[in-house]
Amino acid sequence: MDDRVILRVGAKILIPFIMIFGLYVHFHGDYGPGGGFQAGVIFAAAFVLYALIFGLGNAIQVLPPKAAYICAAMGVVIYLGVGFLGIILGGQFMDYSVLAYSYTGQHYGIIGVELGVVTTVFGVMVALFYAFAGRRRVDS
Amino acid sequence: MSEHLPALLVVVPLILAPVAALSNRPRAAFAAAFAGCWWALYASLALLTRVRSEGVISYALGGWAPPYGIELRLDLVNAFVAVTVATIGAVVIPYAWTSVKKEITEDRIPLFYTAFLLMLSGLLGITVTGDVFNVFVFLEISSLSAYSMIALGQDRRALTATFQYLIMGSVGATFIVIGIGFMYVMTGTLNMADLAERLPAVMDNRTIPVAFTFLTVGITLKLALFPLHLWLPNAYTYAPSAVTAFMASTATKVSVYLLLRFFFTIFGFAFAFGQMRLNMVLMPLSLVAILAMSLVAIYEINVKRLLAFSSVAQIGYMVLGISFGSVLGVTAGLLHIFNHALMKGALFMAMGCVMYRVGSVQLSKMAGLGKKMPWTMAAFVGGGLSLIGVPLTVGFISKWYLVQAALEQGNWLVAGLVMIGSLMALVYIWKVVEVAYFQEADSDVEIREAPLSLLIPTWVLVIASFWFGIDASTTAQVATDAAELLLRGGS
Amino acid sequence: MIALGLFNYWAVIVLMMVGFYTLIARGNLVKKLIGLNIFQTSVILMYVSFAKVSGGTAPILMDAGDHAGDAAGQVLYSNPLPHVLMLTAIVVGVATLSLGLSLVVRIKEAFGTIEEDEIESPSL
Repeated sequence: MDDRVILRVGAKILIPFIMIFGLYVHFHGDYGPGGGFQAGVIFAAAFVLYALIFGLGNAIQVLPPKAAYICAAMGVVIYLGVGFLGIILGGQFMDYSVLAYSYTGQHYGIIGVELGVVTTVFGVMVALFYAFAGRRRVDS
Repeated sequence: MSEHLPALLVVVPLILAPVAALSNRPRAAFAAAFAGCWWALYASLALLTRVRSEGVISYALGGWAPPYGIELRLDLVNAFVAVTVATIGAVVIPYAWTSVKKEITEDRIPLFYTAFLLMLSGLLGITVTGDVFNVFVFLEISSLSAYSMIALGQDRRALTATFQYLIMGSVGATFIVIGIGFMYVMTGTLNMADLAERLPAVMDNRTIPVAFTFLTVGITLKLALFPLHLWLPNAYTYAPSAVTAFMASTATKVSVYLLLRFFFTIFGFAFAFGQMRLNMVLMPLSLVAILAMSLVAIYEINVKRLLAFSSVAQIGYMVLGISFGSVLGVTAGLLHIFNHALMKGALFMAMGCVMYRVGSVQLSKMAGLGKKMPWTMAAFVGGGLSLIGVPLTVGFISKWYLVQAALEQGNWLVAGLVMIGSLMALVYIWKVVEVAYFQEADSDVEIREAPLSLLIPTWVLVIASFWFGIDASTTAQVATDAAELLLRGGS
Repeated sequence: MIALGLFNYWAVIVLMMVGFYTLIARGNLVKKLIGLNIFQTSVILMYVSFAKVSGGTAPILMDAGDHAGDAAGQVLYSNPLPHVLMLTAIVVGVATLSLGLSLVVRIKEAFGTIEEDEIESPSL
């Protein structure tokens, strides 16, 4: 889409804001509506938009499919790792109260866990996009 | 550490799954899967021992006290089922190494082990959780990973089989969510023990029978009770051998456990069998499953498919036991969960050995295999004897309890039909044995015995199926205690 | 009037049946998946309708005295739990749909068609 100036410029302006909005949704998730899943999808949407406007090849240069897989797997590790912290610090599995005093521990725990969710959802969404977009049409 | 076992049982395989995916090398992924499976076996055995000596174990996830938080709750019933699942996982995983290398392309092997670990932790999660919505989530984790593993089959029909399973499985799971939603809207709780307490107060509301119906249909779809079994034969036939062995021995069994949990613990015996007359539905369907599916199996010429139909028939036995609604009947159902896992695991693994050497499990290709692969076919015969229910095998033990349960209620017809089912099992096992032992092989085809790495796990299950058939005191005791616990309605 | 008051549930039933019918009656695998997704989505609407408390706001932690708070400083809000449950159900739906679609892609590659009756089906 080299000739679509409006799309290219529009996307360039929009993408950073979409990403920042994703971060906002993530960090705001423990107070109000939002959270890791939505944030991950929004983040991935920014990426998919980039791939649609600037081409799959450019997108793969920014984030190779391999990296998307690693994101997807690492998120689960982060999520469960935060859960394990609860055990290590002497509470139950996923007990965030032991992370810090009172509610603060819960906040830390939620942010940590949701960080894992963001990573996984972002990775999975981008990997899904690559998997479908990277496939050539088979003509029978 | 040991007080965290209920959570760790599920979480360790779950965290090893991304590790297997990240390692991206077959050997490392296999090591992760192996560790996960054997950890699960250790943890579930430790938990069963503890439950037997100390009673119910409750674990509050995140330190949130139940019924507000998610509770992991182990009593004899689910500890028993968890041990069954973990045992099969631990035996199948060393088998998978050789079998998978032959049947799946190398770049997909790490993903296979990831899916395997996810399925294992999903199944274990269903068994240990005390929260009904968690059941749905874990059910979908195990089902989705099962779909992806079936799709790895070599035959292109594996794809259509998976698609069929995906559609039917998702419909079943959605039905379960609808049922859970109706229960939640009436009681405001998702905790199983809490639901059991609060449901009686709202039983006369029409919503609860509707919830019950949705759950019944959803769960029977997942456990492949006739006539909702259509996804099963194709899925088992075209999946890679190791996947078939694992799925056939665990996935449907866990759904049978769900049936028990929902109908006895949550709704209670009086509601499920008294008011809703569940036995009027389950008993005829399970009898049809036993007879019709055994008949189909007799005429089947693909041995894996034959065994798949036989699985549907065997699920009929489990559900039949449950439909008696007596201690003996439920004991028979529970025992058959474990026993059938052993023998069907052994049979499918023997077929995996044939697949490894011959490359096909069509009956016609198996002529003369009795001489060429003596150990494999001997394992098949061992598992087959158990399937028929010959004394000194596990199959005999479960049928013994089943017939006793039928006679206890004076139901001679059902007892007779169970016997006829056994005879039909004899026919379809004999059909394979005849081809393998008494037909001349094509002399020009060179076929050797399967490698030891496949034979040893197979024989472990065969020997276990004789061991627990000769000395059934432990399993029968646990199953009887668990059945009594269920019929008391609780925990 | 009661029937109208249960408008959400009528919508749930209609969506559920539309989805279920599509799932059963259509031979095209993609249409089947669309039917499945509509079917699953109707459940989401059902749960969210359960959770609505009339006059309640979104369950956001806020200072008493903000809008929707009454004199005693209590805030009436909708039940957040079903929303959270449905978030999980959405994730499951996405996973199922993407797995189903990827299967359809591979079926197209292997069989050359995604019409159910044109795929020589394995005998049942």
